[in-house]
Amino acid sequence: MATTKYSIFSVMREALRGHTGWRPAWRNPEPKKAYDIIIVGGGGHGLATAYYLAKEFNQSRIAVIEKGWIGGGNVGRNTTIVRSNYLLPGNIPFYELSMKLWEGLEQDINYNAMVSQRGVLNLYHSDGQRDAFARRGNAMRLHGVDAELLDKAAVKSLVPFLDFDNARFPIHGGLLQRRGGTVRHDAVAWGYARAADLRGVDIIQNCEVTDISREGGKIIGVETSRGFIGAQKVGVAVAGNSSRVMAMAGLRLPIESHVLQAFVSESIKPFVDGVVTFGAGHFYISQSDKGGLVFGGDLDGYNSYAQRGNLPVVEDVCEGGMALMPRIGRVRLLRQWGGIMDMSMDGSPIIDRTPIDGLFFNGGWCYGGFKATPASGFCFAHLIAKNTVHPAASAYRLDRFATGHTIDEKGMGPHPNLH
Amino acid sequence: MRIQCPCCGERSLDEFTYYGDASVTRPNAFAPTAMSDYHAYVYQRDNRDGDHRELWYHAAGCHACLVVTRNVRSHIISDVRIAREVARERDAAALPGSTS
Amino acid sequence: MRRQSNRLGEGGIIDRSKPVTFTFDGAPYQGYQGDTLASALLANGVTLVGRSFKYHRPRGVLSAGSEEPNALVELRSENYREANTKATMVELFDGLSASSQNRWPSLRLDFMSINSLLSPIFVAGFYYKTFMWPAALWEKLYEPAIRRAAGLGRAAQGEDPDHYEKATAHCDVLVVGGGAAGLNAALNAARSGARVILADENAQLGGRALDDGLPIDGAPPVQWIDSVREQLEREPNVVVMRRTTVFGVYDTGTYGALERVSDHLAQAKHGFPRQRLWRIIAKRTILATGATERPIVFGGNDRPGVMLASAFRTYLNRYGVAPGRRIVVFTNNDSGALTAAEAALAGLEVVAIVDSRRGLSAEISKAASTAGTRMISGGVVIDTVGKAKLSGVVIRTGEGEDVRLSCDCLVMSGGWNPNLQLTTHLGGKPTWNDAIAAFVPGTHPPGMSVAGAAGGSFGLKDALDEGAKAGSEAVASLGWKVAGPASPRADNQPYGIRPLWLVEASKSKALVDFQNDVTAADIALAAREGFQSVEHLKRYTTLGMATDQGRTSNVNALAIMAKATDRSIPETGMTVARPPYSPVAIGALAGHHRGKSFKAVRRPPSYAWAKANGGVFVETGLWLRPAYFPKSDERDWFETVCREVKTVRSAVGVCDVSTLGKVDVQGKDAGEFLDKIYMNGLKTLPIGKARYGGMLREDGIFMDDGTIARLGEHHYFVTTTTANAVKAFQHMEFCAQWLWPSLDVQLISATEQWAQYAVAGPKSRDLLRKIIDPEFDISDEAFPYLQVGKITVCGGIKGRLFRLSFSGERAYEIAVPARYGDALMRALMDAGQEFGVCPYGAEALAVMRIEKGHISGPELNGNTTPRDVGLGDMIAKKKDFIGRVLGERPGIIDPDRPSLIGFRPVDKNMRMRSGAHIVPLSAPATAANDQGYLTSVAYSPTVGDWIALGLLKRGPERIGEKVRAVDPVRNEEYVVEVVNPCFVDPEGEKLRG
Repeated sequence: MATTKYSIFSVMREALRGHTGWRPAWRNPEPKKAYDIIIVGGGGHGLATAYYLAKEFNQSRIAVIEKGWIGGGNVGRNTTIVRSNYLLPGNIPFYELSMKLWEGLEQDINYNAMVSQRGVLNLYHSDGQRDAFARRGNAMRLHGVDAELLDKAAVKSLVPFLDFDNARFPIHGGLLQRRGGTVRHDAVAWGYARAADLRGVDIIQNCEVTDISREGGKIIGVETSRGFIGAQKVGVAVAGNSSRVMAMAGLRLPIESHVLQAFVSESIKPFVDGVVTFGAGHFYISQSDKGGLVFGGDLDGYNSYAQRGNLPVVEDVCEGGMALMPRIGRVRLLRQWGGIMDMSMDGSPIIDRTPIDGLFFNGGWCYGGFKATPASGFCFAHLIAKNTVHPAASAYRLDRFATGHTIDEKGMGPHPNLH
Repeated sequence: MRIQCPCCGERSLDEFTYYGDASVTRPNAFAPTAMSDYHAYVYQRDNRDGDHRELWYHAAGCHACLVVTRNVRSHIISDVRIAREVARERDAAALPGSTS
Repeated sequence: MRRQSNRLGEGGIIDRSKPVTFTFDGAPYQGYQGDTLASALLANGVTLVGRSFKYHRPRGVLSAGSEEPNALVELRSENYREANTKATMVELFDGLSASSQNRWPSLRLDFMSINSLLSPIFVAGFYYKTFMWPAALWEKLYEPAIRRAAGLGRAAQGEDPDHYEKATAHCDVLVVGGGAAGLNAALNAARSGARVILADENAQLGGRALDDGLPIDGAPPVQWIDSVREQLEREPNVVVMRRTTVFGVYDTGTYGALERVSDHLAQAKHGFPRQRLWRIIAKRTILATGATERPIVFGGNDRPGVMLASAFRTYLNRYGVAPGRRIVVFTNNDSGALTAAEAALAGLEVVAIVDSRRGLSAEISKAASTAGTRMISGGVVIDTVGKAKLSGVVIRTGEGEDVRLSCDCLVMSGGWNPNLQLTTHLGGKPTWNDAIAAFVPGTHPPGMSVAGAAGGSFGLKDALDEGAKAGSEAVASLGWKVAGPASPRADNQPYGIRPLWLVEASKSKALVDFQNDVTAADIALAAREGFQSVEHLKRYTTLGMATDQGRTSNVNALAIMAKATDRSIPETGMTVARPPYSPVAIGALAGHHRGKSFKAVRRPPSYAWAKANGGVFVETGLWLRPAYFPKSDERDWFETVCREVKTVRSAVGVCDVSTLGKVDVQGKDAGEFLDKIYMNGLKTLPIGKARYGGMLREDGIFMDDGTIARLGEHHYFVTTTTANAVKAFQHMEFCAQWLWPSLDVQLISATEQWAQYAVAGPKSRDLLRKIIDPEFDISDEAFPYLQVGKITVCGGIKGRLFRLSFSGERAYEIAVPARYGDALMRALMDAGQEFGVCPYGAEALAVMRIEKGHISGPELNGNTTPRDVGLGDMIAKKKDFIGRVLGERPGIIDPDRPSLIGFRPVDKNMRMRSGAHIVPLSAPATAANDQGYLTSVAYSPTVGDWIALGLLKRGPERIGEKVRAVDPVRNEEYVVEVVNPCFVDPEGEKLRG
């Protein structure tokens, strides 16, 4: 008998027979002629949406259509951080819903995504930054989210390996969210895919959507590289390619595509326990369970559809790293890569209906998309199934730019490269 | 990435500041459609794959704004012009009675 | 000290007159100058060098280059400790110390090798299926255990004591790789006079030409290599960069390279960096990076003593080291014969050549018999014998018979992969070449050509010829005059590969990715579970993610996956590399930018005076500004700041405000221009007057504020906030050049040209009277509030005077050219003695602006509108300006938005703190009741109490209401009263004098 349920017992049973009984984690079906719901985009958000549609909202006849291989976009190209330490009321409930879903995810989908709540610490280096973090921490606490404002001594006892003595911008303290942490990013895509597949969702890989088909202002399906596939509802979750895909439906978005680089070092014995972000430079870091230092910084800062960046940002990020943690000088950078971010005009995402009946849009995740995966899927599924906005995502409306209800965490204004 | 500044020659990316899409034009603030015009101008972008006309400011050089035509997939730059000249042509073309 | 038991009596290009001592795991050894750590260990018969990542399997030296996955050590000690260092790339120096890593308690007796026994469970993807129950144990038990076992070597405990540098180089032609192809490319290019850079990752030029020892121009290759090196080094237009790895290709001909300046020395020479990061800007690039030999995937192929055939030849020819005495060769191509012949020539016993190909040519069989060796045609090695050291191999002959042979070294050649990584960094896709069973470069980055083995031409003659052609063509394409390509004489070796991707008869673990312990069975499992694309395979099994960058594993893995899923290799995927080609120290990428040198320091003009007078400084962006000036009898900053405030409010104080951004705006249309970029009207500003101005973003949000002074008909002088100085100036340039290109307006940043001091307090005019030359009338009639004018000071020094006030007192800002700033500060303090002057810093400045209810950074946070901060009345009604239209959106003008207001604690002893939120008096502290927050808090010595500014929902309508400030992150809660945000002199009588 083939093995489907994952547990230490199934692994041991399989060990005895050379692991020959494992089934594919998900099927590889031919597309049907039509579905009730098609999700375009087999990334974390699209797969999570399909899963929650099937599980929470009792939908059936669902397909996820992916132009390449699932999980090949930003869910597989990020720095794996999860947190809900946001400032603005439009964001906190949503990211906290996500955090709660992360906390029960593995048991829910029977897949160990290594959700690891080892804390996210944002450092501050001035009184002004401290005050801004106090404001943020208090906003979190009023929303029932955990937050602690640490002084220098507390930071030092938590992360003694930072430069406390010779820094150009001395560390004064930090804002800590203990429930924040990291998740094994690829496993999120695979876990949702497997769980969705087990509930009957067709995951169709290597199938590129070439047009969004409408009739009388209503969705009728999608044209793909494997032919027309009918659908009553289409949800688009293709961050990085949102503008391109939505242009097929004649829509222009408040989004630019930008490249964000990330980096991983050679594997070394773990000494960085949680996530640390530098408040005086572009640098944040964690260490994976394999031992690689995983770090990143700022956007390259120009529109790009190429999944790679340039040297100045690499240097800038490493300068931040050395300023913060001068002991990593001899640790080697192993790999750098770039992901294409849907940078929205206010730095916050969009989960909403569109002017086209039956067409739903999910995008504009900037570089906050990974941590949002469960809530994004949940709220998008809610929207598609019920045609009403989920309360936690009520601020993420497409018309907020026209009405002036933008959600600008960083206060940078309509400059996507600055968020 | 390096940009061929018409004033200074070819310089590295880190001398420049990015100012985004050069294909949008600031609308008339007093037109009846000003609100939706400005919404489109400030927020909506074509964001197409391929060639992109964009503004760069040579912050660590001559301080000129440049209109750069760059492929956003290959990052290959096919054209660089002084933004002020492009903008003057744009404004001249927009004058009532012009023939462009 | 042990004898170098495996050092051959002669041969190699090591310097036998210079013995070098070193230690490995504490034991002393000797090698020679010119050795690598790997060659020296092998010379000493040390075959067990490391342990693998997951199963802790014993590992030896696999390769002789930067592709080494096994022989990783911790090099040096303490803060110089360098984890995961490839022994094959470490040049031996006297006193070198290295330790094995990822083992406990010792390399030989590693208890963690128990993982090997558990390997039936620890297969690929095992983690994803387990450790889920109970959920609470993941962080508490499972993950800590995993993390204890994770990682290879250890990072240093303290700051890296070495220095790093960055440099930029420009050239016409960059040649990457100094083997036969690269040397000949550089030589042919250099003859034209073009600027050529040749970079090679090794200490010695020559690459495989040196390793294989095949004749060039009828002589040992070292002669040709040395002569080319000498020619190149003589040419003024050529730079030869040895020990330099070109690790990345970036846009527009930019290459990242790492030069290992001092790694081959016990210590960097004084004044020299450890490593240097190069940005090389090249018009043309020739990729001559050679190829990497593939291991063969069979059972036990990772046992110490199993080595790549090319590496074996390198140790023989370059280092005079025999990695073993009884050799078995296992190959799927013609290089087996070459290897056997070399071994025999060195006096080693070649037990057998196991060639997986059937029907071998007579030539090869003859070579085998010349070497006195058994030829096993159509055979494969199915297993190895031994523990931590190879003692034999099990061979399945072409006839299906299993034979056990005793040996101490098995050399394998699975064929070659071109080192094409740099062709893919910009998105180029390799193509599959069936003839050589390898990927070859497909599309190249602009300006790059490929020569020799990097392009799949593995023969020596081809490498030389292609190098010559590429070198000539590169310079010719740039317009240089060049003679036809020239090459020395050499022959191509036969290759004749027939792929053998997996020895399927093997029962024991057949490693594909050695370092990460990914086996052929793991790939089969991945295939079974649907992880069949190359990206899924890599991510699921960690294949190719090790420090060798997948160079020894990727293609073998792809081929095995292709077979498992019944697809061709190109259908299965391709290996596209990302930078860096080989790992780069983070310190090198940072260079000098660390510690205090992380960012430049900007010092205001009075810095030296302030420093000498006890000023305490605070970082404000890049600036170091005086925060306050303590006197010796003051207990703390609080007392000092209170004294400074009181002094200003009662006498006079001086504050350096030069950090404000300053922009000189000139031109016929300057007024019209300013009218467009500020929300309030400025065209009507009379000459000689100043006005406050608010600058919005196009979305109607407050961006920056400052003063605009009109100095002449077409001349304005604008200040911005310190924090936004650069941003605001660039915004103005953008507006002038792109939005309104036809306006006659010129801008120049004058921030650093003017030293500017606020002189504030009732005695400020008296003080200035002593400084400003007498012909200038500064009486209140001649120089009222908001007056500006040109003056001279101290006997003819040109300056400017602005009657502006941030503190609310009678106040002026006096400006002189920056070079006089220090002198003016001293003059002001001397002249002010009789009035009781004191210097004041950023802290007192902030206290006084809060007392006055003036907005600053905490209120202008990028989300507030003019209406939010009480300046809605300033918005012009008729003119167009940036932010006009979108500033009228419903969400922007919503009267429910939090707006600026003041707060005072009801309990007079209560200290308020910025960042506390405001909820109604009797409502619970929840998000639903969150109505605003405190932006700026200070103790006001003038009021005698704590005061605060904040943003509160409908704030101005609620003066007199009591609300609660809640501050859960500081565990505080207190009742505050909503008050007018101007705490001192609300009528503004004092500032007018």
